Amino acid sequence: MNVSFFFEVLAGGLLAGVMYSLVALGFVLIYKASGVFNYAQGSLVFLAALCFVSMLEGGVNFWLAILITLAVMVVLGVVIERVVLRPLVNQPQITLFMATIGLSFVLEGISQIIWGSQPHGLELGIQDVPMEWLSEKTNINISQFDLFAALVAGVLVAALAVFFHKTRVGRALRAVADDHQAALSVGIPLQHIWTIVWAVAGFVALVAGLMWGARNGVQYALTFVALKALPVLILGGFESIPGAIVGGLIIGASEKMAEVYLGPAVGGGIESWFPYVLALAFLLVRPQGLFGEKIIDRV
Amino acid sequence: MLYREAGQFKSSYAEDQQIFPILQDRIGMIVLLAVAFIVVPTIGNQYWLSAILTPFLVVSLAAIGLNILTGYAGQLSLGTAAFMAVGAFMAYNAELRIPGMPILGSFIIGGLCAAAVGIVFGLPSLRIKGFYLAVATLACQFFVLWAINRVGWFSNHSSSGVITAQKVEILGYTFATPVSKYLLTLSIVTVMALLAKNLMRSETGRAFMAIRDMDVAASVIGIPMMKTKLLAFAISSFYCGVAGALYAFCYLGTVEPEAFTLDLSFRILFMIIVGGVGSIMGSFIGAAFITLLPIFLNLASDLIASALSIEIPHAIVSNVEAIVFGGLIILFLILEPHGLARLWQIAKEKLRLWPFPH
Amino acid sequence: MKRISIALAAAAAVVSGAALAQAKEQFVPANGYWVGPYAPGGSGFFGGIIDYMAMVNERDGGVNGVKLTWEKCETEYNNARGVECYERSKKHPPTGATVIHPLSTGITYSLIEKATADHIPIISMGYGRTSAADGRVFPYVFPLITTYWSQATVMVKYMGQKMGGMDKWKGKKLVLIYHDSAYGKEPIPVLTDMAKQYGYEFTPIAVPHPGNEQQAQWLQVRQIKPDWVILWGWGVMNPTALKAAAKVGYPREKMIGVWWSGAEEDVIPAGTAAKGFVAAGFNAPGADFPVMKDIQKYVYAKGKGEFEDKSRFGSIYHTRGVVGGIVTVEAIRLAQEKFGKGKPITGEQMRWGIEHLNIDAKRLKELGATGLMPPTKISCMDHEGSGLVKFQQWDGTKWKVITDWMEPDRNLVRTKVEADAAQYAKEKGITPRDCSKEM
Repeated sequence: MNVSFFFEVLAGGLLAGVMYSLVALGFVLIYKASGVFNYAQGSLVFLAALCFVSMLEGGVNFWLAILITLAVMVVLGVVIERVVLRPLVNQPQITLFMATIGLSFVLEGISQIIWGSQPHGLELGIQDVPMEWLSEKTNINISQFDLFAALVAGVLVAALAVFFHKTRVGRALRAVADDHQAALSVGIPLQHIWTIVWAVAGFVALVAGLMWGARNGVQYALTFVALKALPVLILGGFESIPGAIVGGLIIGASEKMAEVYLGPAVGGGIESWFPYVLALAFLLVRPQGLFGEKIIDRV
Repeated sequence: MLYREAGQFKSSYAEDQQIFPILQDRIGMIVLLAVAFIVVPTIGNQYWLSAILTPFLVVSLAAIGLNILTGYAGQLSLGTAAFMAVGAFMAYNAELRIPGMPILGSFIIGGLCAAAVGIVFGLPSLRIKGFYLAVATLACQFFVLWAINRVGWFSNHSSSGVITAQKVEILGYTFATPVSKYLLTLSIVTVMALLAKNLMRSETGRAFMAIRDMDVAASVIGIPMMKTKLLAFAISSFYCGVAGALYAFCYLGTVEPEAFTLDLSFRILFMIIVGGVGSIMGSFIGAAFITLLPIFLNLASDLIASALSIEIPHAIVSNVEAIVFGGLIILFLILEPHGLARLWQIAKEKLRLWPFPH
Repeated sequence: MKRISIALAAAAAVVSGAALAQAKEQFVPANGYWVGPYAPGGSGFFGGIIDYMAMVNERDGGVNGVKLTWEKCETEYNNARGVECYERSKKHPPTGATVIHPLSTGITYSLIEKATADHIPIISMGYGRTSAADGRVFPYVFPLITTYWSQATVMVKYMGQKMGGMDKWKGKKLVLIYHDSAYGKEPIPVLTDMAKQYGYEFTPIAVPHPGNEQQAQWLQVRQIKPDWVILWGWGVMNPTALKAAAKVGYPREKMIGVWWSGAEEDVIPAGTAAKGFVAAGFNAPGADFPVMKDIQKYVYAKGKGEFEDKSRFGSIYHTRGVVGGIVTVEAIRLAQEKFGKGKPITGEQMRWGIEHLNIDAKRLKELGATGLMPPTKISCMDHEGSGLVKFQQWDGTKWKVITDWMEPDRNLVRTKVEADAAQYAKEKGITPRDCSKEM
């Protein structure tokens, strides 16, 4: 076996995993704060990227476009909280989950009405070709964009961790996640908290949308990135922010390894199910995921 | 006034426990079946029979299957379409490879194979719950489609992986017209729906519900956890498998693995949530709602556009339809989280008291 | 555009079916997709068909005075919705569906039997069931102009030419990056056969749907170091593949895309990474063909036309739709000449029309479509009709046609088509038509 190729696959997998983590983070945020498994996260990614790229093509300044998109996501967070979540407080999780699927239809429809369904290119000005000195020295291909994605993910996780553990709002968020009613009874304003979380998730969606959009173009298929994030969530645990990163890295690396080394023997294309089976196998050993909260049943 | 059970006395346990204890319900059921079996085939045109009613019945059956698992036994699954795919492809293979195989036998084999797959992928349910389990059933969804795509045997080595269903023939009669296919589907679905309804009223059904409501408590009172959960997976997948076989044989005629995508799984989950979790009738109502709503919206938007004599670009119309579809689902969840079947129940309660509520 | 609701239309049919039939209209359904991941393809293709039909109505007053009408039905690229649209459109007044363009391989497969039973021809231009080119077994299905198998042989030929002759293939390596579905697997048997014939080493690599992450596949490419890569993608898989190729440093000039990888929408999202990418096509892009100028003059200049975004005018999908419009209208015209000029025709008559299509160089010139599409001649035996393919290269801003029409390996394709069709006929108990007895 070729050692440098092995490391290249490993590195490629880890870097792909970072991209999965970016999406998974959005799921974790909302689940952590409201117990909602937000299927519409993929649609949020799509909406944010489309909104941003349309403004950019319309000649709006890069940073201004980011700010406006962010404002749009915050407004969206408020509206979603008002219209969808508030009437559904204390409903079973599955009902909230279904509501977010309904929400994804609405968001995708609105985005396509406003901005159309033509794909757009998105250049962030960061090279996505192998860095020459690295490939010459080690024969491993890594692009600046890969490193940038990893950096962004790292910063996001650190910021979110600080936000959740060190700030007042963050602690309130965790309280809400534990028990809606208990949090309400000690005077935590549930509505505000949810609005904040959805706005933050909107921000994460924008970041994920930019990174994925720069790779694949901004188009409807961005909504599919949600599927890549699901095994990451099972593995890392639905409530854990570090879990989203570690889970992403594990899933990314093992999925690429499997495809490159096992795939050819069984006809290839095993990437579609391998991460799920891996996560499943892992769950059988540790049902709450890597960093998930252990739930003890009491009768 | 009309819907009153006063004066309907039960003098034996058998009478008290029958499937439709109220006379009006029995009459209603008979009328409904008469309409479905006699009136619809005589007045329905080909469009309604083959493009609306047959697929509606097929997905209703799949929704019943999922409802047994999710609604009654409380195990969330996102792999419904995969079980349907197993049913479709195995029924095709049974018909192809076993000479003289009666078509109903092939459907049953398709169902049994789906049940076997269901048991395998049901095993994790012994350890994991809730959304973790739901995402785990996605493993089944993706793996099964991959395997069908990859292993040539399933599609009889057709270069593109597409199968064409054989002729549907029972006792020398060929079901070729839309009416006959509709009637065959209707008969199978009716029989299986009644079986499901009865099964859920039996000891098995009560065990399922005990596990759903609190599994630890259920195991304390002596319900075998493993056997019951796997049984729920098996029965549910059997229903989905037969639905898949009907999907291939009585509806589309030609299927490729891509017909059974995750999208279909989600649609069926929609049906039981909108229709009513833990209700056989809810499966039908939900299936009707999810199948008919987009078509209805499509027709409605045409009507509105021609009534106002304005031209709306088609892309906008399609997108508005999607928005209304999603919006209505949210609306129903907010108004009646227990599904449309619950609305029906409330209506029944009201009817009983009408016209003198207290 | 006419938008009649089904209910209204059905009522009208009952009340005044005869009157409408005399209104001299020919109904061509537009069952396509305008939302979702594949919307660029659906809206572009049907935009082209409708623009062309609108132009014929405006310029010529229809086909010999018979106006063309259409109605859009959203299939979402979904089999079940496609069948629903088909059933809805097939009895649409006044003529019923004249011909169906499913624009989806899956929907085509689902409709083959239904449409044959209903006597409604299907035109599946550049997709669908390749072996339907054998018209003896599939009388109502027309994979017009060219098929996946023909295309695969032309690709191998093009690459051979670039290397300086087919004998240069010996010992070379070819990789196929394909969408892991019925569609993507279509070329594998042909490419495998040709590998034996020409002595190259062939490796197919599957990309799971939707193909928005291809690190592993391209690392495999990097390890194999192939001389050529064929990209058989759909939707987001195309730009992702181009980006990933750039990331492993594989030259885009050595990547040949299938025609569903070769539209503007497939390369623009990849940005600079797409430059140099070559794709096959059975239609050329451009707004300068006389027929396109007519569409501009008679439709868009009057404020009509399907595209709000005028930059899509003359794009690959648009001109492909125009080609679809041309073959549809030409077949209607031909059928009218046989069964009554100036009268609406039925599906059966349309089938005759398509089967006797002969769009030669002269006719192409009259149509103003020289170079837009290859000359095409359909017969009872051969429902494909030309098999010719052109290649085009993305220069960073637009597609540039770089070859003339190239011939497929007809013997190889035809042998496989007949074998596959015969197997289908056997499974289904169909007796193939005897073409010598056909008119």
